[in-house]
Amino acid sequence: MSQVKDVLIGPIFNNNPIGLQILGICSALAVTSNLGTACVMALAVTVVTAFSNMFISIIRNQIPGSIRIICQMAIIASLVIVVDQILKAYAYEISKQLSVFVGLIITNCIVMGRAEAFAMKNPPGISFLDGIGNGLGYGVVLLFVGFIRELFGAGKLFGIEVLPLITDGGWYQANGLLLLPPSAFFIIGMFIWLIRTFKKDQVEAPEFELAKNSQKEAA
Amino acid sequence: MSASKDSIGRTLTVAVLLCVVCSVVVSAAAVLLKPKQIANKNLDRQTNILAAAGIATDGKDVQALFDELIEKRFVDLRTGKYTTVADPERYDASKAAKEADTGIKLSRENDIASIKVQAKVMPVYLVKSDAPQGFDKMILPVHGYGLWSTLYGFLALESDLNTVVGLGFYSHAETPGLGGEVDNPNWKALWPGKQVYHEGSMQPALGLIKGSVDQTSANAKYQVDGLSGATLTSRGVTNLVHFWMGENGYAPFLSNLKAGGA
Repeated sequence: MSQVKDVLIGPIFNNNPIGLQILGICSALAVTSNLGTACVMALAVTVVTAFSNMFISIIRNQIPGSIRIICQMAIIASLVIVVDQILKAYAYEISKQLSVFVGLIITNCIVMGRAEAFAMKNPPGISFLDGIGNGLGYGVVLLFVGFIRELFGAGKLFGIEVLPLITDGGWYQANGLLLLPPSAFFIIGMFIWLIRTFKKDQVEAPEFELAKNSQKEAA
Repeated sequence: MSASKDSIGRTLTVAVLLCVVCSVVVSAAAVLLKPKQIANKNLDRQTNILAAAGIATDGKDVQALFDELIEKRFVDLRTGKYTTVADPERYDASKAAKEADTGIKLSRENDIASIKVQAKVMPVYLVKSDAPQGFDKMILPVHGYGLWSTLYGFLALESDLNTVVGLGFYSHAETPGLGGEVDNPNWKALWPGKQVYHEGSMQPALGLIKGSVDQTSANAKYQVDGLSGATLTSRGVTNLVHFWMGENGYAPFLSNLKAGGA
């Protein structure tokens, strides 16, 4: 039971795929300028990670080592295409906004990373949950970034006006930088800082020690 | 066990089986969902035509509204006259553009919208009216290359064939939040009332500028705010307006209409 809790909750803060493993950054930059697309993207990634983990885990004992990455890619790519088709059929507006980024889930390192690191070694049930957990971890960061970017960049949340903009006769001057992809870098950086402030064990050991300021004796 | 798992025969078997299963799943999803996707696309196109013409669709049956208000006709771009096509329901201008007998290859200097080929015959949409010229608004399909993708949209004109009613894109893959802002209602609201041509000329003047339009300037009615952070998409929109309103686009047709007959 505790293992189930571990794989589900663990990736949200303790082992966040973006925060600790620094995977899947590029899509986190691209789709977080508003909360709506961030939500759908998080959902799509969760579904793809969970099912690709499950299917890969089911055939993990059959996959020959020499072509295992290609096998994983084939499964992931198929799932992504299916998700893309479903979005186009049932959520046309949102699929238009996400445009190419749904297809790019294929290259999202989180999906591949979990397939290789977890699903190849664990049974299907727990692999599926691991996929959900990592999808949630990704989703939390996306929503956090999307919340800040949409609120301060456009004065809205889910497209509903929260801070009335000066351009529409309100008082809030929107911060245009937050609508540009680079702003997500700063916000993700701060998110990582925040997590590591509370979870000190995530702080990596420095690769080399900085030399102390020169002492009097040395001079 | 592990030796046989990695044997060449086993590797090939697994690869082939996996490919077959994956392709069946992908094709099944594509085929089963196709009718729904096409319906979505048509509905989206009709909604966009109505939106470009400034007709509110919220809460109404788009299909019924479209059939009631809009008349679809075809225009031969070179002669600038109305024409007919064999199968009006299924005529696809982007397919026609690629065929040698129904399309035109554009030379480099004419191809300002970077679309390479165009169809000889384009559909146009008329908002029906009892007025002598037979229409109230004219909705013209336009497309052109932005930064990443071809933008497909509609430009609607008043019955004077010069004042813009609206511009909207129904398909593009520009960067969400930057070039993707061509879908932003606030930006689209800048278009109505703008003029395409200077008085007495058929050279398109309307285009996007960098930054905001100075409303006091004499040229303000030919200018629209550029999209911030999306210079190339903005340029693409200007180019496609210039191309489709120019002599290789609808200009001959529009002059014929103004002169009294097409």
